[in-house]
Amino acid sequence: MAFSTKPLTRKSPRLSDLAYLVHSPEDRAAMLGAIGAVSMDDLLVDIPRSLRLESLALPAGLSEFETMAQVRALAARNRVFADRLTFRGGGVYRRFIPAAVAAVTSNPEFYTAYTPYQPEASQGTLQAIYEFQTLIAELTALDVANASMYDGATAVAEAAMMAHIHTGRNEVVVAGYLHPEYMQVLRAFSEGRGIKVRKGTEANSKTAAVIFQQPDFLGLLVDARGLTDNAHKAGALAIACVDPISLAILAPPGEYGADIAAGEGQQLGLSPSYGGPHVGFIACSKELVRRLPGRLIGSSHDAAGRRGFVLTLTAREQHIRRERATSNICTNHSLCALAASVYMTYMGADGLRQVAEVSFKRAHALAERLAQLPGWEMAFPDRQFLYEFPIRVPKGPVLNRKLARKGILGGLDVHRWFRELKGVQTFVCTEVNDARALDELVEAVGA
Amino acid sequence: MAERRYTKSHEWLIADGKTVTVGITDFAQSQLGDVVFLELPAPGRKLNAGESFGVVESVKAASDLYSPVSGRITAVNEKLAAHPELINSDPYGDGWILKLELAGELPDGLLDEAAYKKVAEA
Amino acid sequence: MTELLSFEKSRPNAHGPRLPDAEVDTAAAADVLSSDQLRANPPGLPRLSEPEIMRHYSRLASLNYSISKQFYPLGSCTMKYNPVANEVAAALPGFADLHPYQDEDSVQGALSLMWRLEQALCAVVGVDRVTLQPAAGAHGEWTALRMIQAYHRSRGEGRTQVLVPDSAHGTNPASAALSGFEVVEVKSGPDGRISLADLDSKLSPKVAALMMTNPNTLGLFENEILDVAELVHATGAMLYYDGANLNAFMGICRPGDMGFDAVHMNLHKTFTTPHGGGGPGAGPVGVKAALVPFLPAPTVERLNGHLKLDFKRPQSIGRVRSFYGNFGMLVRAYTYILAMGGDGLTQASLDAVLSANYLRNEVQGVLDMPHEGPCMHEFVASAHNLAPYGIKALDVAKGLLERDFYAPTIYFPLVVPEAIMVEPTETESKATLDAFATAIKAIVKQAEEDPHTLHEAPHGLPVGRLDEVATARQINAYLQGQSEDPVLRWKPAP
Repeated sequence: MAFSTKPLTRKSPRLSDLAYLVHSPEDRAAMLGAIGAVSMDDLLVDIPRSLRLESLALPAGLSEFETMAQVRALAARNRVFADRLTFRGGGVYRRFIPAAVAAVTSNPEFYTAYTPYQPEASQGTLQAIYEFQTLIAELTALDVANASMYDGATAVAEAAMMAHIHTGRNEVVVAGYLHPEYMQVLRAFSEGRGIKVRKGTEANSKTAAVIFQQPDFLGLLVDARGLTDNAHKAGALAIACVDPISLAILAPPGEYGADIAAGEGQQLGLSPSYGGPHVGFIACSKELVRRLPGRLIGSSHDAAGRRGFVLTLTAREQHIRRERATSNICTNHSLCALAASVYMTYMGADGLRQVAEVSFKRAHALAERLAQLPGWEMAFPDRQFLYEFPIRVPKGPVLNRKLARKGILGGLDVHRWFRELKGVQTFVCTEVNDARALDELVEAVGA
Repeated sequence: MAERRYTKSHEWLIADGKTVTVGITDFAQSQLGDVVFLELPAPGRKLNAGESFGVVESVKAASDLYSPVSGRITAVNEKLAAHPELINSDPYGDGWILKLELAGELPDGLLDEAAYKKVAEA
Repeated sequence: MTELLSFEKSRPNAHGPRLPDAEVDTAAAADVLSSDQLRANPPGLPRLSEPEIMRHYSRLASLNYSISKQFYPLGSCTMKYNPVANEVAAALPGFADLHPYQDEDSVQGALSLMWRLEQALCAVVGVDRVTLQPAAGAHGEWTALRMIQAYHRSRGEGRTQVLVPDSAHGTNPASAALSGFEVVEVKSGPDGRISLADLDSKLSPKVAALMMTNPNTLGLFENEILDVAELVHATGAMLYYDGANLNAFMGICRPGDMGFDAVHMNLHKTFTTPHGGGGPGAGPVGVKAALVPFLPAPTVERLNGHLKLDFKRPQSIGRVRSFYGNFGMLVRAYTYILAMGGDGLTQASLDAVLSANYLRNEVQGVLDMPHEGPCMHEFVASAHNLAPYGIKALDVAKGLLERDFYAPTIYFPLVVPEAIMVEPTETESKATLDAFATAIKAIVKQAEEDPHTLHEAPHGLPVGRLDEVATARQINAYLQGQSEDPVLRWKPAP
């Protein structure tokens, strides 16, 4: 029973019409002939007979038109809230994305290239990532940044692993409201390596690092300087999980002496996309560079003296160091890092500052108005925030359904993660929530 | 000067009384290629024979270093920090790595030049 | 041709972007926050106008080789054509503009896509459930090993070792070590396949799992896989499948039927999501029933036609990344699977195997072939025969770049000296394969006649061979305080 002669039952289209396959039946015959094989079976002799499938239990393929009709139908079953009426954050934010970002990342010379193993044929990607490393180092005011991580959660977890390796200590302390999903990922990473994760603010002689988020998951500012000093007094490292936009206004980790900055770069030009792909980043002080996970690009030169860029310090990585590598990461989020680079270059320091400032003012205006509504009150009235804030909301679930009917994506109920925060929602404002959108939200709440 | 001895893991040593100088062999450096970095311990640390004490890295490989003898580290070649290429250019001279104060006797199983050559060629 | 950095092109007086005003009269951050909380020095970001930015990145893009322009025969990486329809699908506002914390009722299409993709992947690899959460292959490996660890622990067994063949991808031992396992290497036999005798000698009640890929990294199908599975399972250990080589046999056979208990897949290899110059990818993991309780939370469940996210999984290993995985990549992979269908995926694998064998046959006269064929979707040649001319695999790779081909994977797997690992994929035409074989023959001829010129290849690219040794040494000098140049980032001249 030769595989290639088995009748294939399908309606449409015929296999020869499948646009992504290139060999014609004549090509296949000619290639088999060149090898000296009678049928494909001759090439599959090493597969035990008992393992061979009759056929793959999936529907037959479709034309592009039919494929896209099905995919569009699925997309249509999702409800998209207008960005100006989206007040929900919690780690993923609606922001203005310049058209330049997608124009660059949709260039196939970027998006269909591989990891730049051959530098002579990959200078575009290499230079773009070198620029990304520089941009992140500038933003965090730390010495060196890597080429990207999967997301903010794994960036924080990998930062904790760096601290563990560097200090030889087996505990990390998490201060305050770290993003609950980051906390879960940190726990999963730590468990494998036998590292204890403890909540608190005080470090001791067993502590590898104190981890805090600035602003925290609720949007509140923490005493980053104090937490960093506490960590250092115990000989531990300080890991700051930071929002990159906030760093246009807030003191960056390098200015208050934190050793590692980790975070999520979605706000730098990436759409929410139901949670990914986005981009994580890690920057650190000079002393920790050799502990960095993942790719690093360095500046180099060729025999003619021309500058070029290469993957470097690769002996830290899994393909050389195998079980002794600093991390197992191989594929990272290069294209998302490119998007973030275009965004940061487009904005510049002033644009980034204006984005942060507009968000700050609007969020404070919204907080003032919401807090005056009957039954509403700021959950932490003594704490400062930037553009996301926690507020006590009467009948949250009912409210959110009501808002949704008016096309508004309301606050995020954080009680699902934190028992002590019953009735608390976080609201976010950015430059896409215009003043009229704020009015609409307040009116809808009161209606 | 005492005779140079070798290990199967490609370290060499010369014992001068209780002072033992350790490096990696010419064969080892040629296999690694251009050395770019060494991770080395601080003097004072005690090592057992066969214990890993550091790492030598080239751009395409990384290799653990093993102590051929038991003893306490009395000196680390500080020139290597700025000039890792000494491992390549002069593995048996300026490219030495550690000096140890031998604890007890030299272990059995060290190779002479002819025996090591056979290991390297295998 | 080289390009100045955006930082070097930066002009202090360039126009910044026009952005909205606040339109509200609340206080500015600088008036509310203390100086301690505020940034002292602005970040040194470049300042360029939009026209300059667009030209900068267009010029950078033109310095890259990419599948859109070149044949990319990178072994182990499955660099096949990335259908443009996938990109259109992922950019649909109904997907791209979804917030991950929207209510389930408002994202039924997204959950349905995830559920259907899971069903399709289950069918392709022969498992019971799939988690879509891991962001990449290595992330999937680690996720699977954590599940295997949890499974053994749930049975009161503290197994501490993971077996990895000497030909394995570097991520395998790294993932095992990150999960807290001790890595024990299993040797390949002379035919390039795993040695059953060596495997048997290393199996013990301490072993949690054997990690394998099949076909292995030499492109050879492990014809004794059923015996391997029996040996491994007899000791209570599990069998893990590294899905890097899945493109070899879709619709032909399935890892689940071979006896694998956990299987990761690289959507950016087999299922055509673009590699993006190094990611993002996606590394879903499929498992057999015994491992299902340990899947990361949440899973997507279907109840009476309604889809929901299930967070209540008491034995779950927890979460391996935020939200639900690289959703945009899941949309692309699902779109591809719909277009291909079961018949198309099967033909894709058949064509991939045919192309690899055809190309192997074309070049076997000029390069060493350390192992007997036939191969599956890729083959490993060796440039060892060019050693008398002082030519190495690296030189062959650079010679290919000069001839407008990307290079194969070189120096991997580690068990083959001067390895050249070629994976043509099903989306390269016979004409392209012929041209590649012709280029290899020309390079071998050049090696014999003019090795010096080949040694200096590639000519005519934006840069020649870069001095990686000097770069690494300069970085180490910086790290040790002997230099001010960090090398890993740009700094303005002092």
